Amino acid sequence: MDASNKESALNVNASSIKISDVSQDGDMLTFAITSQNLSGSGGVCVFRTYEDFIWLQQSLFSQEDVPELQGVIFPPLPDKPLPSHSHTQAKVLKQLGFLSLGDKWQIYCKALELYLQQVAAHTLLSKNKELYNFLSSSESPGKQRSKKGIFNRLSQVMEEMRKEGHKDVDEFFQSERDKTTNLSVLFKVATEKFLEVVLTKQKLALACGHFSTSLHLCVNQENADAVAFSKICLKLSDIIETMKRNFEKVSDNDMSTLGLGLELESRYQEAKREMLFRRTCRLVELDNANKNVDRAKPNKKAHMEEVQKATQKEFNLISSVAKQEIVHYHRTRVQVLRDFLIDWCEKQLSTAQESSTLFSQYLEACKGLAV
Amino acid sequence: PPSCLPAEDISTNSNGPKQEILLDDDQEDLFAEATEEVSLDSPEREPILSDGPSPAITPVTPTVIITPRAEASMFDRSLDEDEDTEENGDTFDMQITVSDPEKVGGFGCTSLNLFSRNEFSVKRRFSDFLGLHSKLASKYMHIGYIVPPAPEKSIVGMTKVKVGKEDLSSAEFVEKRRSALQRYLTRTVTHPALLKDPDVIQFLENTELPRAVSTQALSGAGILRMVNKAAEAVNKMTIKMNESDAWFEEKQQQFENLDIQLRKLHASVESLVCHRKELSVNTASFAKSAAMLGNSEDHTALSRALSQLAEVEEKIDQLHQEQAYADFYLFSELLGDYVRLIAAVKGVFDQRMKTWSKWQDAQLLLQRKREAETKLQYANKPDKLQQAKDEIKEWETKVQQGERDFEQISKNIRQEVGRFEKQRVKDFKVVIIKYLESLVHTQQQLIKYWEAFLPEAKAIA
Repeated sequence: MDASNKESALNVNASSIKISDVSQDGDMLTFAITSQNLSGSGGVCVFRTYEDFIWLQQSLFSQEDVPELQGVIFPPLPDKPLPSHSHTQAKVLKQLGFLSLGDKWQIYCKALELYLQQVAAHTLLSKNKELYNFLSSSESPGKQRSKKGIFNRLSQVMEEMRKEGHKDVDEFFQSERDKTTNLSVLFKVATEKFLEVVLTKQKLALACGHFSTSLHLCVNQENADAVAFSKICLKLSDIIETMKRNFEKVSDNDMSTLGLGLELESRYQEAKREMLFRRTCRLVELDNANKNVDRAKPNKKAHMEEVQKATQKEFNLISSVAKQEIVHYHRTRVQVLRDFLIDWCEKQLSTAQESSTLFSQYLEACKGLAV
Repeated sequence: PPSCLPAEDISTNSNGPKQEILLDDDQEDLFAEATEEVSLDSPEREPILSDGPSPAITPVTPTVIITPRAEASMFDRSLDEDEDTEENGDTFDMQITVSDPEKVGGFGCTSLNLFSRNEFSVKRRFSDFLGLHSKLASKYMHIGYIVPPAPEKSIVGMTKVKVGKEDLSSAEFVEKRRSALQRYLTRTVTHPALLKDPDVIQFLENTELPRAVSTQALSGAGILRMVNKAAEAVNKMTIKMNESDAWFEEKQQQFENLDIQLRKLHASVESLVCHRKELSVNTASFAKSAAMLGNSEDHTALSRALSQLAEVEEKIDQLHQEQAYADFYLFSELLGDYVRLIAAVKGVFDQRMKTWSKWQDAQLLLQRKREAETKLQYANKPDKLQQAKDEIKEWETKVQQGERDFEQISKNIRQEVGRFEKQRVKDFKVVIIKYLESLVHTQQQLIKYWEAFLPEAKAIA
């Protein structure tokens, strides 16, 4: 790696990375990414598509001669943003969950932003020069590589069946594996159920809208009583309209805080699980290498021992990185969830206070309505 | 001009009601001249159903009233007391409560006279209510009173959207019926004439109601069919009336429009109720999953916060259920009631057309009788001639009666429509205020829950 590039990559202020804008052309989204140096001097803005992000992710995975990468919990990249038309809506929702909601891809951009910040803040990953190029080069990054590297999904699924249950040599890791298996499912389920709640609130907002509109049409100026009735209908229409806006605000709050938080936590748990699985695969390899040494014929024995030593060394390295990653992850995730929970609670509290005031005002006004 | 007969208290009359039309809102009693007696055997009248001696009315000492459940009573649309006593100075304002049949084997009906503070508590079956309605409909619809429609027999009623499974024995069904019966009775006693009707009084005050009283007209189904037929689409009627009064034509059109509007509103509210219930189910489901997270989470403070989150969501679920309750019992039922009321209004308009038609028929027949008489004058049959002259007299009377009836029903309908429009404003206003109170309550509860949760979230270190 070029020394100067290495330096430049580390100079990025991770928390300064923002997705400041997104534009849509047909089905193609382009993200504007701004970032600054640690020294605070000079900001830069680049434009990237989702394909560019995939390229970045693959670059991070496929760094040769850095075996410790296998112990890294890779920040999860959100799935491809498919603009939803009416016939694809269900599919998009299933794939992206909360990230597909909200105005103008707001929540998706936030998730993407957090991804970049996490990568840039990672001690190992931030050394990748491709990250620097991604964030600051005015040129588009390279085309997608062929799907090589340690992250080959298809084969992993097949191996998973056989290796997932392989007993660990280390109690710490066995415990982590068990917990993660359990917790990642629970978080996924909770996220899905919360999504259902939010979607129902949106349906309610729509229903209120229809009700409000229908009321607005009940106007008749025939005589004094008809006028009085019309007034009441219009008043009620306003009230229902307020209810509608309340539902919209409440569900916006849900999506952008707790929804996003649960979604991210789900994906991060998955990333952790994947890391642990990679390590388990290496463990299986190590166990095989050990067996091979025992079984080896005398003329092959030396060779097998070398393989065993190399495998053991790599495995130890990966395990030590993995342990650090897990400790770091435990600390960070609690902070992240805490922030989302506080934000959620504060926003909902504020919305409830506003609505309470509005409805109280309506109540006073209606009581005073001359009948 | 006929002398003004004083308004008679008809409650102690033992031979069925006199057809006194007493509407006491106005200073000048438009109907002072309209008092007439209808004999029991006049062919136009359906058999009067409340024959038989009227039992002595002894006030029952107020028994323990079985109060309706807290939530439902919040939404009972009782009369606005102050307003009415100020307006009318009427001494007959009544507050009606219908209570849960579970405990006493029949719906408990309590009527409290707000002025005299006399109170009666009786037990009634659902069929008793239908019986009351059928009597009132047969007595008053044909003279143009808008008789409040009977409570729905069927569970679903007008709704096309099934709001969850409902079986006849469920608590929810019973509560719906109880509430409907209370609204029905309240609406009935709000009508100034019906309030004084002996059948209504008997219903409210007698410990035991006479069982099967008479004839086929008692059949609730029979009367309901009659009422429904009358209320059916006007284009089915073959009577083509020469409307001399534009008011009636305009009003009919307005009621057509109102019918459509109300049905639309009702459908909107049903949708709202449905989604609200869905939200409750989904919230409860999420609460459970959050609780499981709290149990599995290692980090102590985070685990605690997640468990608290689950509790908050459970409480919010409760709020959703209460709000769905309000949506339904306040708006859905109000709108449903009004759609059924409009059917009754259309019914009286149709009755007016029938009355007109009868009058026209009488005129036609009179003319024929006159023509017949003219012919007979040259036939030298003195007996037949005399008979013809008698018949002419008879039909002249009938024509006059027909005209009077028509003018009567027209006047009544105008009055009734005015009353309907005023009452509508009152009813809606009461409901909206109650609904707003529920909305405010919900938000204030939410504020409490969020304020309690915030320190829990901040405590995550």
